[in-house]
Amino acid sequence: MSSNAITIPGAQIEARPCVDELHLWLTTVDHKRLGILYILSALLFLVIGGVEALVIRIQLMHSHNNFVSPEVFNRMFTMHGTTMIFFVAMPVLFGFANYLVPLMIGARDMAFPRLNAFSFWLSFLGGLLLYFSFLGGSGLYGAGSAPDVGWWSYAPLGARAFSPGHSSDYWTLALLVSGFGSIGTAINIIATILCLRCPGMKINRMPLLVWMNLVMAGMVLLAITPLSAAQIMLLIDRYLGGHFFDTQAGGSAVLWMHFFWIFGHPEVYVLIIPCFAFMSEIIPVFSRKPIFGYPVMVAATVCIGFVSMSVWAHHMFTIGMNSYANSFFTLTTMAVGVPTGIKIFNWIGTMWGGRIQFKTPMLFSIGFLFQFLIAGLTGIMMAASPFDWQLSLSYFVVAHFHYVIVGGILFALFAAFYYWYPKMTGRMLSELLGKWHFWLFLIGFHLTFDVMHIPGVLGMPRRIYTYEPGRGWDTLNFIITIGAFIQALAILVFVANLVISYLKGAQAGNDPWDAWTLEWSIGSPPPVYNFVTVPTVASRRPLWDLKHPEDPDSRYE
Amino acid sequence: MSAATTSFPNTSPAWDLPSRGKVAMAGLIMAESAIFTIFVVAYLFYLGKSLTGPTPREVLETPIFYTICLLSSSLTIHFAAKSLERDYTRLFLGLWLLTIALGGAFLYGTAQEWHRLIFEHGLTISTNLFGTTYYSLVGLHAFHVTAGLIMLLVVARFGFTGRMGVSQSGRVAVLSMYWHFVDAVWVVVFTVVYVLGR
Repeated sequence: MSSNAITIPGAQIEARPCVDELHLWLTTVDHKRLGILYILSALLFLVIGGVEALVIRIQLMHSHNNFVSPEVFNRMFTMHGTTMIFFVAMPVLFGFANYLVPLMIGARDMAFPRLNAFSFWLSFLGGLLLYFSFLGGSGLYGAGSAPDVGWWSYAPLGARAFSPGHSSDYWTLALLVSGFGSIGTAINIIATILCLRCPGMKINRMPLLVWMNLVMAGMVLLAITPLSAAQIMLLIDRYLGGHFFDTQAGGSAVLWMHFFWIFGHPEVYVLIIPCFAFMSEIIPVFSRKPIFGYPVMVAATVCIGFVSMSVWAHHMFTIGMNSYANSFFTLTTMAVGVPTGIKIFNWIGTMWGGRIQFKTPMLFSIGFLFQFLIAGLTGIMMAASPFDWQLSLSYFVVAHFHYVIVGGILFALFAAFYYWYPKMTGRMLSELLGKWHFWLFLIGFHLTFDVMHIPGVLGMPRRIYTYEPGRGWDTLNFIITIGAFIQALAILVFVANLVISYLKGAQAGNDPWDAWTLEWSIGSPPPVYNFVTVPTVASRRPLWDLKHPEDPDSRYE
Repeated sequence: MSAATTSFPNTSPAWDLPSRGKVAMAGLIMAESAIFTIFVVAYLFYLGKSLTGPTPREVLETPIFYTICLLSSSLTIHFAAKSLERDYTRLFLGLWLLTIALGGAFLYGTAQEWHRLIFEHGLTISTNLFGTTYYSLVGLHAFHVTAGLIMLLVVARFGFTGRMGVSQSGRVAVLSMYWHFVDAVWVVVFTVVYVLGR
């Protein structure tokens, strides 16, 4: 495969001036560059959202702390939640999808390159719009203010009377704008997967990453749009004097909750399904076995996609729905655990009997499996509505969803970074720093989020800016804060690893992991045109076939 | 890769994939349907919950003529797209302009109805829940009709300069998918607002 590049005799690649290089990045429509831009913008917001988390943790370190005022505390948790979901998790996953999907299906680019660039700039500028609220929240007449009504912005908190100034407007517009970006990207991913597969890449031969991103994109179309619709309604309320969520004119605050969570819960699966996709590519390669139960994995993903659309009101057990609604949403929520459980068994089945290589991507993947299982189990606990009545809006819930998002999504993302960084940059990430990153983050994570369940059970509500001494929460909160700083340290190691390895890392070559999907058949980083000749595939592991012509997978599928 | 290709004799040479324009438009229609669903749900949820008048029964009149205009524009755009496929460009242009006229008539009907509601009945978006939900739902639809009309006008301009031929029929087919969707949404909005809602 080394001859797999176009060489133009006499043409020398010269280093471009900085301005040209910048211009190239700003105007690019290349899916690989846009993928990297998505990932870099997400990393930027990850650091910002992480600092906000640290401010929250310092404030809660001990009782009666005065590190920040209650107002600032409210802004911090609002901005932390909004940033992490909309401007970290979504863009970074879209970035990987952008980068990997065309390479894995043997395509030249996404189906609509300019729409792709448009979508990226929408979501990035949406993030800037959100942060502009720090300056312009009061209309630039002095000290501005960021939104402080929580990332749900429950009615009537989002109404003019309770959220004066422009902070909620920036929040609404940022989410609306980045939501349109997400819809554009989702349409692009679907069109790319359905219309640009290379010859032989039948729908049942696509890598699982491609399959799962297809399901994710379909869910984005159906789940992000209700949020956009609700944001339009909120804007109508705030600017045109509408009454959608105005209880004094007969409007309903509960309707906002429904609209928000019709988006909000599928959103969790929009975020976790691409992480399942990373796991389904990484675990087989480092277990040296093909994925166990490919068709079942696909079926389970589609099943999660459908069932997760009907579980949203489990976020609302405490608002007083009738017992039929409570039972329905308890049952659907528990049912979504079944296909998820199937996936966990399939990954374990893939590892079982394999020659497991404990490289950094695999370490993070194993961490993901363990922690995602625990997160799923606390999820099942809270799916039982009577249990939820006791613990809803407590730190138990905060611990649960951070277990999903940090222990699940972030660990899977780190695995993906270590796995695909060589492809994107041509350099290996340092294994030594990677192991430090993994163990520090693992310790910090468990210190923070294992312990966080306990104050929740003891009755500590979420979103309080301080608490009375003598409730038995002080020591626990102190441990949680220490854990948060260990995680921050691990992130610093990670960022250092990204930078150092980019400059001095070992050359990766085309295929450092001896993997099986098409992106490893071309150079690292891949040339602009991706594939010199359009590849033809005959099985789910085209590179295995290429490396083992005497025993190709195509013989068995 | 050439060596690789020869080692897989069981790969079939025929390789048909769907058109990316149609797939993308189908995706957009899915997304738009979800947005409209939320607005329809809000309309139905707030039926009869307004604390003050006017109510739908008092002020709404069923726009039968303009509904027929919009629905028949679906037929004309369908036949316009078909005639472009067969390269009947003059017939295409005629039917296309008819479609624009019918869509424009519908938009005029909406404008007239809004004018009547605002100036005769004093119903605005901030009057009561009915006003809020009615203007947002019908307005969202009218916005989509307007966006569609702009795209139709762009195509008509290309038609006048003689640039519309068989080679463009795929794109026109995608645009007509959008127009059919806008019509189908009106069937839902009409049923909800003028039939069930009164």
